[in-house]
Amino acid sequence: MKLFLFRGGIHPEGRKELSVDKAIERAPLPEVLHIPLQQHVGVPAEPVVEAGEYVRKGQLIGRANGVISASVHAPTSGEIIGVGGHTAPHPSGLPVRTITLRPDGKEEWDILPPPLDAMNETSQGIARRVEWAGIVGMGGAAFPSAVKLNLQEKYPLHTLIINGAECEPYLTSDDRLMRERAREVIDGVRIMHHALKVKRAIIAVETNKPRALSELRIAATPFHGIDVLGVPAQYPMGSERHLVHVVTGRETPSKGLTADIGVVVHNVGTAYAVHEAVRHGRPLISRIVTISGRAVREPRNIEALIGTPISHLIAFCGGLTEEPDKLMIGGPMMGQPLPSTDVPVIKGCNAVLALTAEETARGKAMPCIRCGVCVDVCPCGLVPLDMAALIRKEDLSAADGIGLNDCLSCGSCSYACPSHIPLVQYFNYAKGRMKIVEVEKQQQEVHKRLSEQRAVRLEREMQKKKEMLAQRKAEAEARRKAKEAAAGETSSDTPATAAAGTPTPTPPLKPVNEDAVRKTGHGPAEPPVEDISERASGS
Amino acid sequence: MSGPSLIGAPFTHKGGSSVPRTMILVMLALLPATAFDLYLFGWPAIILFSLTLSSAVIFEAMCLLVARKPVRPFVLDGSAILTGWLLAMSLPPTAPWWIGVLGAAIAIVIGKQIFGGIGQNVFNPAMVGRVVLLISFPLEMSFFVAPTPLFADGSPDFMQAMSMVFGGGQNVDAVSSASILSHMKTELSRGIPVTESLSTYLDMNALVMGLMPGSMGETSALLILIGGFFLLVTQVISWHIPLSMIGALAALATLFNLIDPGRYPDAAVHVFAGATLLGAFFIATDLVTSPVTKKGQLIFGAGCGVLVFVIRTWTVYPEGVAFAVLLMNGVTPLIDHYVRPRIYGRNRKGKPLPLDPPRNVDGGGAA
Repeated sequence: MKLFLFRGGIHPEGRKELSVDKAIERAPLPEVLHIPLQQHVGVPAEPVVEAGEYVRKGQLIGRANGVISASVHAPTSGEIIGVGGHTAPHPSGLPVRTITLRPDGKEEWDILPPPLDAMNETSQGIARRVEWAGIVGMGGAAFPSAVKLNLQEKYPLHTLIINGAECEPYLTSDDRLMRERAREVIDGVRIMHHALKVKRAIIAVETNKPRALSELRIAATPFHGIDVLGVPAQYPMGSERHLVHVVTGRETPSKGLTADIGVVVHNVGTAYAVHEAVRHGRPLISRIVTISGRAVREPRNIEALIGTPISHLIAFCGGLTEEPDKLMIGGPMMGQPLPSTDVPVIKGCNAVLALTAEETARGKAMPCIRCGVCVDVCPCGLVPLDMAALIRKEDLSAADGIGLNDCLSCGSCSYACPSHIPLVQYFNYAKGRMKIVEVEKQQQEVHKRLSEQRAVRLEREMQKKKEMLAQRKAEAEARRKAKEAAAGETSSDTPATAAAGTPTPTPPLKPVNEDAVRKTGHGPAEPPVEDISERASGS
Repeated sequence: MSGPSLIGAPFTHKGGSSVPRTMILVMLALLPATAFDLYLFGWPAIILFSLTLSSAVIFEAMCLLVARKPVRPFVLDGSAILTGWLLAMSLPPTAPWWIGVLGAAIAIVIGKQIFGGIGQNVFNPAMVGRVVLLISFPLEMSFFVAPTPLFADGSPDFMQAMSMVFGGGQNVDAVSSASILSHMKTELSRGIPVTESLSTYLDMNALVMGLMPGSMGETSALLILIGGFFLLVTQVISWHIPLSMIGALAALATLFNLIDPGRYPDAAVHVFAGATLLGAFFIATDLVTSPVTKKGQLIFGAGCGVLVFVIRTWTVYPEGVAFAVLLMNGVTPLIDHYVRPRIYGRNRKGKPLPLDPPRNVDGGGAA
């Protein structure tokens, strides 16, 4: 099959040899599991258990809240000892809502839903099961997978690409999964292939994983429409858009989705999780994590229960040989630094790395010498040095004008910069800033719209009031005339006085409480006072 | 652990690539040609070379002190030494001491530090130094002697050289002679066609080997080429600027040579004489002052080549590499503004690619 290469990218040292020969193992049960209710992109799940409750393995403990959300299940049987806050695996170190479970060691399964006859099941049926299982993108992005299995209704999909690139250094969890459970992975791919109703499914694996490629090829042989494809080892091959480009030759438009060009991408880990959910009725309660880095005594690939404290996994690997220079989850190119080892494994956590200073090779940032290496390596065709210079001046809109939001934060520029300038770190900062500004702008627009609507409404009400008054006045006039006419018949002494008219009642013009107006929906007429800021803050 | 440092990923870095490494590789590449030239021109050249380099470093350190910047890391990055080195390469080997010191001062202070130091300068500092000297002191800057190799007969010894460089005395034995380009120009102005002036003066072998009079770096074409290939192999520079510069120059030279060989020398003379090769591999490729995109570099290099030809052919100056590079340095910000890579997912104009419906159900890649 013809491959289409993309510009830029880097070839960092793989360092996968540290853990690539270690078969997947299970760690012993930890004393407690901390299961965050938000392990995915979207709205956190709602807890459905309380402290003191006994739960069985696979039992629902947090229910998905809306479409872009994911359920969480008890990874083992035991007692819920709390629903509260616990440090999230996020650099902020801030707590997130977390269910804490003390395993009882019995591993007693809950009653599981029956296996589905996948190939005769509807797309919706499969998507429902995937949703029930709480499956999210296992490559790290953690986007709820069921949503991506329903795209065939909105987009003219033709290709499913399974991302087995694993282009980040150190990571071997997908490699081991593909080698050891190739049949299950291929089955998961078949299920997704069927659910998405696409013509073909292609499993793309970097050629630096020959064993995984051969195992997958063997497992895929009997199935028509499922191909296994070796792609060059080049970072960031695992980037969704770039992988689609390499496989199909088509470029995803900026700000668009790969679905816009008919392709949907899922991770190999997701395919495995789909197999488990559909064929065995098992929810997503564990995942394979690479524990590696030269500061780890014995790097391993561990199938860890969701919620297992990372300290527990590191202990299982013989602990640390030295104080690591950097501790992180995910790969070294795009991973997150860890505030402590106290945080739990979550669904999107493919690795925990403890790197020595020699491995991180940090350096003091020196001035840019305009060597242009960052331009050469950028897979998005950006000019990182210019963007960084603009961001240093806080000129974010100018940085956006030259493509800030087309940056995928792969970090190739920072990796290659001879002056150790933290380029991608500038871009991530600027993107975050721009998002905040954007949200503020949206809020302001909402306020403006509301206050304008309110002014129109008040205007209308005053108009109505005026009309009513006029009507009442006319009615009163008519009544009086009728009375006078009646009186005139009995005594015609004072016919003219009535014509002079009684003083017209004027509407009350005192200032009114705005809240009262809003609550009742109508109130005394009031000239529209233009003080938007006050109203905006109130609305 | 370093504590909860807030700096984000990546937590790995391409080993070995750094600013000092780049500078050291460039100096290594310059070494063969420099060593040969120092041998060729003897003690006066050695003294002038050392003087220019050390002045550059001293001026750099002084500027850093004045600007209250850390002196050590910036002096040790090697950029000032390299500037001094390139400047020295562009001086006549027997120039007096103050030419070297003044040139270094102009290069470092005006050419580089006033702009804000390393990475900030618009113009190549060494060429700023050379051009200011050339315009201010044309006599000293165009007094060339034929090579008198170290320890050869007639070569000044160390003490004689010291008095030559510092005492202002001329080497009595030195024979003033013109570089090939100025010889050609002078003869042409006397009405003698290029073909004739070159036939008596030009020995192509000597030109390539570097045995002709000229500035230090302008002589040994072969050794400069070796250094240039070393830079290409070690990926300090890419082929874009040297190739487009030499290519444009050679193309123009060939074209005009075909039109009137009596007036315009052929491409070989243009490429191997003067500072063409030094300029193409070591000066125009200066990272700071050349465009950052490969396409921009092609434009930049071609511009340099065209300007070298124009200056050599139609102006009063016999040599034009320094002027050409400086002029193109001035255009670099413009090139970088207009010549950008296409952003992924966008068209050349920066608009997102259109969302056209898929062309066929098989997708594009079933080849």
